[in-house]
Formats: sequence, C-alpha cells, structure tokens
Amino acid sequence: MLLFALRRLVLSVPLLVGITFISFLVISLAPGGPLDFLTPEDPNASPEVRERLIREFGLDQPVYVQYWRWLTRVVRLDFGHTFLPDGKPVLTKIRERLPITLFLNIVEMLVILGLAVPVGVLSATRQYSLYDKVTTIFVFVGFATPDFWLALLLMFLFGVQLGWLPISGLRSLNWEYLSFWRQQWDFVTHLILPIGVATFGGLAGFSRYMRQSMLEVIRQDYIQTARAKGLSEQTIVGKHALRNALLPVVTVLGLSLPGLIGGSVIIESIFAIPGMGQLMVQSVFARDYPVVMGNLVIVASLTLIANLIADVAYGLVDPRIRLGGRRRR
Amino acid sequence: MKGSNASRGEIRQFWRTFSRNRLALGAAAVVGALVVLAVLAPLLARWDPHRPDTKEILMPPSTRHWFGTDQLGRDVLSRILYGSRVSLAVGFVSVGIATLIGVLLGAAAGYHGGTVDNLIMRMVDLMLVFPRFFLLLAVLALLTPSIWTIMAIIGMTGWMGVARLVRVEFLTLREREFVIWSESIGAGALRVVFRHILPNAVAPVLVAMTLGIPAAILTESGLSFLGLGVQPPYATWGNILNDGKDVLEIAWWMTLYPGLAILLTVLSYNLVGEGIRDALDPRLRQTRRAMRMGR
Repeated sequence: MLLFALRRLVLSVPLLVGITFISFLVISLAPGGPLDFLTPEDPNASPEVRERLIREFGLDQPVYVQYWRWLTRVVRLDFGHTFLPDGKPVLTKIRERLPITLFLNIVEMLVILGLAVPVGVLSATRQYSLYDKVTTIFVFVGFATPDFWLALLLMFLFGVQLGWLPISGLRSLNWEYLSFWRQQWDFVTHLILPIGVATFGGLAGFSRYMRQSMLEVIRQDYIQTARAKGLSEQTIVGKHALRNALLPVVTVLGLSLPGLIGGSVIIESIFAIPGMGQLMVQSVFARDYPVVMGNLVIVASLTLIANLIADVAYGLVDPRIRLGGRRRR
Repeated sequence: MKGSNASRGEIRQFWRTFSRNRLALGAAAVVGALVVLAVLAPLLARWDPHRPDTKEILMPPSTRHWFGTDQLGRDVLSRILYGSRVSLAVGFVSVGIATLIGVLLGAAAGYHGGTVDNLIMRMVDLMLVFPRFFLLLAVLALLTPSIWTIMAIIGMTGWMGVARLVRVEFLTLREREFVIWSESIGAGALRVVFRHILPNAVAPVLVAMTLGIPAAILTESGLSFLGLGVQPPYATWGNILNDGKDVLEIAWWMTLYPGLAILLTVLSYNLVGEGIRDALDPRLRQTRRAMRMGR
C-alpha cells in the first residue's frame, strides 16, 4: 500500500515540472517576451532605464536560462509581487483566497453527492416510471443550463424581487454588529444562491451516473441470488446493490476533484465571492501577470495533489487497483 | 469484429436504432434548424445587429423588435441570430481542432505503444491537471481575446478525451489484427491499419465530437460573459448576457432570450450525442470497458 502511494508520488514529480514548463510557455506568450511580467512595463521609461532593467532581470538571456531562473524562484514559492498598487506578494493574495474556494467547492460537492445518490438510486429502481422520466428531463436541462444565466435569474428572483436572499459576497455589511448565531445564519444565507446554482449543473451528471451504475449492478447475478434467498427489496437495494454501485461513483468523484479547485470561476465572479476564481478573473483584466501565473501554477499543483490523494484513496477502496499496478497505463 | 469498413448494413442498423429514439430525432431536427438559422442569419435578421439606435434604447419586446432592444438600441433578436453564428463557428472549429490533435496523438500512442505511448499519456495527464477555465483565462491575459484565439485555445485544451478514446481503440485492435499484419507485405500493413482500425474508432470519436460542441459553446459564452471572450461589438450570446446583467431589473429580455438560446442549443446537441451513443451501444459498451482498463 505504501509502495503504491510512493510510486504515485514519484510519478507526480515530472508532472510538477511539467506544470512549471507549461506555465512558462504560457508566460512567453506575453507581448514583450518571457519574464517581462516581472517588471511592470513603464512606457515612460527611457531606453537606458529599460536596458538596465532588462539586464538586471536577465531578460536578454536565452529562454532556457530565463526558465531556470523562474523555476528556482517558483520552487521557493516566490511568485513575485502583484502589479497592483498594494504590492502584496502573490503568494499572500492566493493564500487569502484558497480556503474560501476550497470551502465553497467542498460544500458544493457534498450537496451534490447527498442529492445525486438518492435521486439516481430511485431513478434506477423505478426505471421508466414517471419519476424516472421527469428527473431525467430535469437532469438534462440542468446540464444544459449555463450557470451564469441561472445565477442571474435566481439573483433577480430571490435577491431583488423577493428580497429573500443576499446576492453577493459572503457577509452582510452589518456582519460585525450581529450576534454570533445571526452571523452564522448570515453566512449560510450568503451561500445558498451560489451553492444552489453550482449544484444545479453538477447534480445532473452525478445522478445520471449513479442511475447508470445502479442499473448495471441490479442486473447482476448476485442480486438475483439475494432475491432468491428471500431478502427484502429494501435490504437488497440498500445494502448489496448500493455498495457496489457506489464504487464507480467514487471514481467519478475522484475525477471531479480537480474541479474542486478550479471549477468555480464563474460562480465566484458573479456572486462576488473572494476566492481564487475571482482573483484569476480580476488579475486577467488588470493584466496583473505575476498573480495570473502564480495562480495558474498553484491551482495546477493543488489539482495534482488532489489527484494523488484520490488515487491513494482508490487504492484503499478498491484492492484491484493497488494490486494490479503494473499494467495500469 | 470484422476488420472491414463500416458496411452499408451497419450504417443502416445505426439509423434504425437512432430513429427509434424519438427524443434524439427531435433534438437532431432542432440542431439542423439552428444550423440553418445561423447560416441564414444575415437574411433573416431584420435589423443590423451592430448598429446602435439611440431612439430605441431598452425597448421591451414588441412587434417591431421581437426580443426587445439593448442599451444601445440594437435589436436583441438580430444579435442572437448573429450570435448563433459565433457559437456554431466556435463549437465546430474548436472541436475540430481538438479532435484532430486528439486523433493524431491517440493514434500515435496506441499504434506505437511503449515509450511514445508513455510520453503522450504523460502529456495528457499534464494537460488534465490544469483546470480548463484557469488555463484559458491565463492565456487570454496574455493574448488579445478574439474569436480566432478563443477557438484555438478551446480546441487546444480539449483534445485529451479524444486522444484516450482513439488510443484505446488502437491498442485493442492492434492486438487482434497483428496476425494479419505479420502476414501481409510491409507497406500494405499500414494501409490495412488505417482502413480497419480507424473506422472502428469513428464511433466513440463521433460521440465525443457531438458532446464536445455544446461544451465548447458553454465555455465560449462563459468567457464572453466575463468579458474575456469575443469582444464587442460582435454579438455573441455571452456578450448579450453580459450587457444585460447590469440592466436586468429593467430589461429582462436581454437576459432571458440569449440564455434560452444557449440552453436550447446545448440541450439539443447533448441529446443528439446521447442518442448516437445509445445507437452505437453494443460497440460502445466494449469501448467503455476498455476505457476503464486503459485509463
């Protein structure tokens, strides 16, 4: 087991290097050339100053030298400072927002799971019934709905017309003056719309997959055996079928882990939630290159780590994976 | 599985199964209609989608402007019609690019195996580690967003699934046809490969393409909504929604109609894709199992 985890870890290292490589490729698209972003372009700078800056920052060096210099900084988690007036280190800005994005996406994932499993299971056990047909339609429509559109509609309906729910940020303006419990409730109400919109689309895929998986399992022989043995339908579905049907769903869950970190860009932007996605959009608009690149590298690396954790978790859950290691690729 | 080209009989069988699925058939009709509307947009649009008209700002839907007008007085319906051209173009071109890259890399990986396969699969893993939207945003920060850039980068970030499908197809069929290869004359083997393996790979790739188009459309409209997609004054559904969000309370038509357009388009393509997948099912079940094994 440990060997399996270690092997996966070792395989991840070249991927980490690859991340920096691809990110560097992206930077080199910048109009001025790679590493131009380290020095905010000052169009008023005289040619001599620019010459000096170029030499100082090594912009006249060949590309691979520049890559190496950048890489050595990244390894120390030094992504430079933001171009914005506050001049904070990029890492600080990212660190401020990471927990929020993670929290948002984890809650979203839990809600989706909590809803998709029963919906999918019920769909499978009542295949072709009215319930199944209605939920299938609902699911397909949910999948096709653009999340920003749904967000706008719900914001309009619940936030503006009805005034039931807040439509931006994570806290009300008077948050500091509220009692502790009021504060928690305030936080929850701020989450309802964003999570609601986010789960609408994700629920579709998951419940469908759950249904599919459940249908395959129900057709298996051992379910027939259980029925022949006289077990109640409840036990069969709840215990035997469900456990096996959940396995591929765990797989899909693992595949969605990358989405945990990078998937909420639009939701964060539209609901003004201070997460990594919103930071990305803002810095892109501001041409704040250090933050853009730092964000990219960190998000990719975190996704890599998430994949690693997911793989190790499968190894724990499904013995076939850790024992059948060699021919996997 | 016979190693011959998809025979007439197989195609007919496919049509028979597909046409039995009324939902998919209806969706296919909608897709067709949308394509026609997009192509004929210049003829169908009553108003110039780019021309502002200060006399008709933010008019609600009427007989003159079926979908109302926006803040610059432009007719929303005409803009939506022209926007469908953008969506169609982005959908087809980016999926085309992605499929091309995916087929080439997947075939190379599956055919050669060994180090080449390893290398390519590593590249796939690497690309998959970057969340798509973040990567797109990062590139757009450094290049000026234009319809060509968008089509190119959506395509270049979406080839991984196709590559895996094609690779698996090559891997499994290579094992089987190997005997025939070793018996045939050198150069002839290559052509045999491309005539026998590729037709079998067409099925899952076709499904991937049909499902890739709506995904590309959603991505493009998302980017346009954020202001980083196709730039004004060009009309694209995401753009209209972006313009409309600030005046949502007084001009609901700017939000409702483009969103419905996206919904309808994406839904139809998805249903068609699912229909194709179901109609090809017996073969696809095999591919799905192989996918799980070949990762």
